[in-house]
Amino acid sequence: MQAFAALIDGLIYTRSRDLKIRLIADYLRITPDPDRGWALAALAGTLNIATVKAAAIRAMAEERFDPMLFRMSRDYVGDTAETVALMWPDKSGGDVAPTVSEVIDLLNSTSRARAPAVLAELMDRLDANGRYALLKLATGGMRVGISARLAKTAFGQAFGVSVDDVEEVWHALRPPYTELFAWGEGRTERPDPADSAFFRPFMLAHPLEDASVHLDEFVAEWKWDGIRIQIASTGGETRLFSRGGDEVTGSFPEIAAAFKGIGVVDGELLVRGEVQGGEAASFNALQQRLGRKNVTAAMQAEYPVFVRLYDILFEGAEDLRSQSWTARRDRLEMFTANLDPARFDLSAVIEARDFEHLAEIRAAAREAAIEGVMLKRRDSPYQAGRKVGLWYKWKREPLVADCVMMYAQRGSGKRSSYYSDYTFGCWTEDGNLLPVGKAYSGFNDEELKWLDRFVRNNTVARFGPVREVEKSLVLEVAFDAVHVSKRHKSGVAMRFPRISRLRRDKPAEEADTIAALRAMFD
Amino acid sequence: MWIDPSRPAERALVTHGHADHARSGHGAVWATPETLTIMALRYGTEMGTPVPYGDGFEHGGVKISFHPAGHVLGSAQILLEHAGERVVVTGDYKRRFDPTCTPFEPVACDVLITEATFGLPVFKHPPIEDEIAKLLAARAANVDGCIVVGAYALGKAQRVIAELRRAGYDAPIYIHGAMQKMCELYAAHNVPLGELIMATGLAKSELKGAIVIAPPSAMNDRWARRLPEPITAMASGWMRVRQRARQRNVELPLVISDHADWNELTDTLLELRPSETWITHGRTDALGRWCELHQLKARALDLIGREDEDEG
Repeated sequence: MQAFAALIDGLIYTRSRDLKIRLIADYLRITPDPDRGWALAALAGTLNIATVKAAAIRAMAEERFDPMLFRMSRDYVGDTAETVALMWPDKSGGDVAPTVSEVIDLLNSTSRARAPAVLAELMDRLDANGRYALLKLATGGMRVGISARLAKTAFGQAFGVSVDDVEEVWHALRPPYTELFAWGEGRTERPDPADSAFFRPFMLAHPLEDASVHLDEFVAEWKWDGIRIQIASTGGETRLFSRGGDEVTGSFPEIAAAFKGIGVVDGELLVRGEVQGGEAASFNALQQRLGRKNVTAAMQAEYPVFVRLYDILFEGAEDLRSQSWTARRDRLEMFTANLDPARFDLSAVIEARDFEHLAEIRAAAREAAIEGVMLKRRDSPYQAGRKVGLWYKWKREPLVADCVMMYAQRGSGKRSSYYSDYTFGCWTEDGNLLPVGKAYSGFNDEELKWLDRFVRNNTVARFGPVREVEKSLVLEVAFDAVHVSKRHKSGVAMRFPRISRLRRDKPAEEADTIAALRAMFD
Repeated sequence: MWIDPSRPAERALVTHGHADHARSGHGAVWATPETLTIMALRYGTEMGTPVPYGDGFEHGGVKISFHPAGHVLGSAQILLEHAGERVVVTGDYKRRFDPTCTPFEPVACDVLITEATFGLPVFKHPPIEDEIAKLLAARAANVDGCIVVGAYALGKAQRVIAELRRAGYDAPIYIHGAMQKMCELYAAHNVPLGELIMATGLAKSELKGAIVIAPPSAMNDRWARRLPEPITAMASGWMRVRQRARQRNVELPLVISDHADWNELTDTLLELRPSETWITHGRTDALGRWCELHQLKARALDLIGREDEDEG
């Protein structure tokens, strides 16, 4: 349990993704079965101990601690499990700390009523960090910033196997994944994926930049501004995966339930918005559903979702990925015809005479849910990742505005000594600046150094970590769209703002007005 | 007569040299000889009357004496005796072993005015040996980079260095310029700190595999850019709480404090059993609640301008 506790704490304090992967990989390599398998399940979110719920932790605390002292402590720490772990008395006895599998076995074999007592006995055998890891393990909410995909990537790195191979067998296996480790260590053949729905890596696109393509070779589709999603179904089970390969079935159960086909398809998840006359609403609305493990019926009704299909990877058991886009498109059209039209439709192909005509169509597209145009080689197979020359994304020209830097904050990691996060504003009619957005990218290292110096030399006030600066520097900000926002005093919010140029030449008075930003609403 | 006045006062008793207790500009100052030296270093040539541990003097019918508090070099509790009644002001204190200062001495009293910086039951400082071992393990695993340890310039820095030495680490330890004089002052008071080198002005390559001690404010600032691939550590009692460590961008939290933790605070109250306890500096509400549960008479004494978490 101590090694697992050290891993958890290491992950909490490490910000770099690569270092997190290394910490997990090291742990998986040196820890014996079945401890490491349970740990992997805990990280990937597949461990569920039915006998322990969050209420059990609170009950345990209420039984032992003065309620006032507990509440004061909980308010300070901000996390119930951590508070209990820290308040719990250290037993100085020579008890041997339990192993992860001993913890799992004990908790799985008890009843819900007995669980708090079993948990308490385990607590007595651990130090503060061990107790924290125990409570997090038992309740399932690790909160260490690890996605399932990252845990699988770490497994792949630990044993030198491809994460896609891990993915393929993952859902056919159950914790503590001893067959997976046996295969990883080369002791057995790869487990049989059996009849399970699993993730296949997405095919991605390069930016088109300034190139142009010939429409005889390339087909054009709209690029929709939603969540890229993969639906995999064996008929027996249906799973939804996000672009990173994390399962999101729980966030969109109505999609999984409505999907009656057998196969694997690629599409864009969108919210149907009344404001656009039944058409796709903006990404803004979709965000309401993102990141929720479970959604209420009210949420489902308020933000009705559907999937606009781009591609088909498998039909039944038939792998279509090596076929041309044209052949797959025919199959997709037939496949989609049998799906519920309220939940699934086809992403339309854009009919353009030639590239110039396409450019005109793209420039005229003002619908909020359109992010740009996709260009796909008609003979392109479906290949994982970004492959040169096959698919291009051609985003709408970004909007730009001249804004004035108002506040700055330090970045994190390598940038923690630099003021690299900037809040900027535009002018109101009566000549005040109101914040309209925040950006922390778009500049190079030289510009960052210059900006950092500017912030330090022009600070007029400090609010904790935030510095207010002299309102004199104009930043040209590029962004994909601008929305109405109730959260900002200015009433506008930008999507993907980044610094496109430092306008040291421009007087702050000549920066843009909020009225000018409002004029850019879709 | 004031104790640790936060504004210039005609007559001041000063418990120890930290800036929120020892201010400059007082008329007359009474403090331990070590504290006076520290104040002289910080504020120039400040005069005062040295009162060694155990010694006392009379003022206006009150007998005043200084007793070790175990917080930092020279730190003292102050005992006031008048007409048979004894009042002890702990100042900041701890009960644990610290190679850099005289250990705390319990002083019997009727009224105890205690600090409560870590006055919440979640604060239990682990043995310092464990935290030093964590630091040494991180150094060994990161020989191509360095470890920068944020530590308050008076007390914490020297304690961390002395504990590293006690653990057998005899390589040079690199320090931020702001700590040099205080380290020299400690060494002059028979606290051996081994070989210390100023990190300022050194090339990155010279700091590979080094342990660098710096004030917390310098750690995430421009000063730290000179360091090779630094792992950010912080020595503070606040590091016990994960979110606190994360908020400060700390990668290696070291729970090392010069203040009494919850158990030390409550054990001291049980040991002294004063007929009345006044609680100040920190979580007065929680320690007050604990006193209530243990039938000890207590009240909160609110002071202003006493929040310096870097000092934890």
